Amino acid sequence: MQPISFINSISMRRDIFQAIADPTRRAIIALIALKAMTPNAIAENFNTTRQAISKHLKILVECELVRQNQQGREIYYSLEIEKMKEIDKWLEQYRMIWENRFNQLDEILEKLKNKNNED
Amino acid sequence: MKTNLTFEFNVNKANNTVEVKREFMANLALTWEAWTNPEILDLWWAPKPYKTLTKSMDFREGGTWLYQMYNTLSENQQECHWCKNDYTTIVHQSMFAGYDAFCDEQGNTNNEMPRTKWINSFSQTGDKTLVSIVAQYERLEDLEKIIAMGFKEGFTMALNNLDEYFESLNS
Repeated sequence: MQPISFINSISMRRDIFQAIADPTRRAIIALIALKAMTPNAIAENFNTTRQAISKHLKILVECELVRQNQQGREIYYSLEIEKMKEIDKWLEQYRMIWENRFNQLDEILEKLKNKNNED
Repeated sequence: MKTNLTFEFNVNKANNTVEVKREFMANLALTWEAWTNPEILDLWWAPKPYKTLTKSMDFREGGTWLYQMYNTLSENQQECHWCKNDYTTIVHQSMFAGYDAFCDEQGNTNNEMPRTKWINSFSQTGDKTLVSIVAQYERLEDLEKIIAMGFKEGFTMALNNLDEYFESLNS
């Protein structure tokens, strides 16, 4: 693990977290993870306006989680998989720290309960 | 043996908080004890391969828990870091809140590292106790700093699990 390297990308990290904070954006990410889609195709999956979806897409592009490709007259949105893995890695590490602590606590509590029963 | 114990972990970017909820198969008194008695905290607070060693504990409002974290796998005995929890509010067997910090062996706060404000709440339902933790950061990237600082040696179990996790992302 390289503590120094992440400091350089901290300003980007903040935006990435903003990208995934919203449930609609998380859903958009899940959709385009499978294949690149046009804004209209994306919007069809949601009960919201095309405009609202465009706003979400703008944020995702600004956060560099999603990129745009022009194909003919259409713009296709696709997911930057590597960026997603970076966020997930940090959140997952943090979650696992807690998970491991709690698993250890489970064992301690069992021992303490058994000890109390024996007293 | 794992039963259906709730474990929720949510990161809220809107207010820079991490919320963790976890049920434990123990009554309130015992769970509270496990979270506030340093002899018991030393047994579980640090995830393997790290261990916690309490230097001093003063569990009261305005008091501090000062402890070191070291890597049992590391050959270098000097490699440990010091942490403290300053307690601001305590309601017996209900909640306690405070700030944590990286520090030195004397408990002097390292001001270059972020501090986390947290609130731990306890409630019992039946034979289980639910602990809710809300950790508040000034900026979410502080989280990364804390993780990197605390576990710069590498987190063996996490890395193994991460491999599996990334594989599952690809499938």
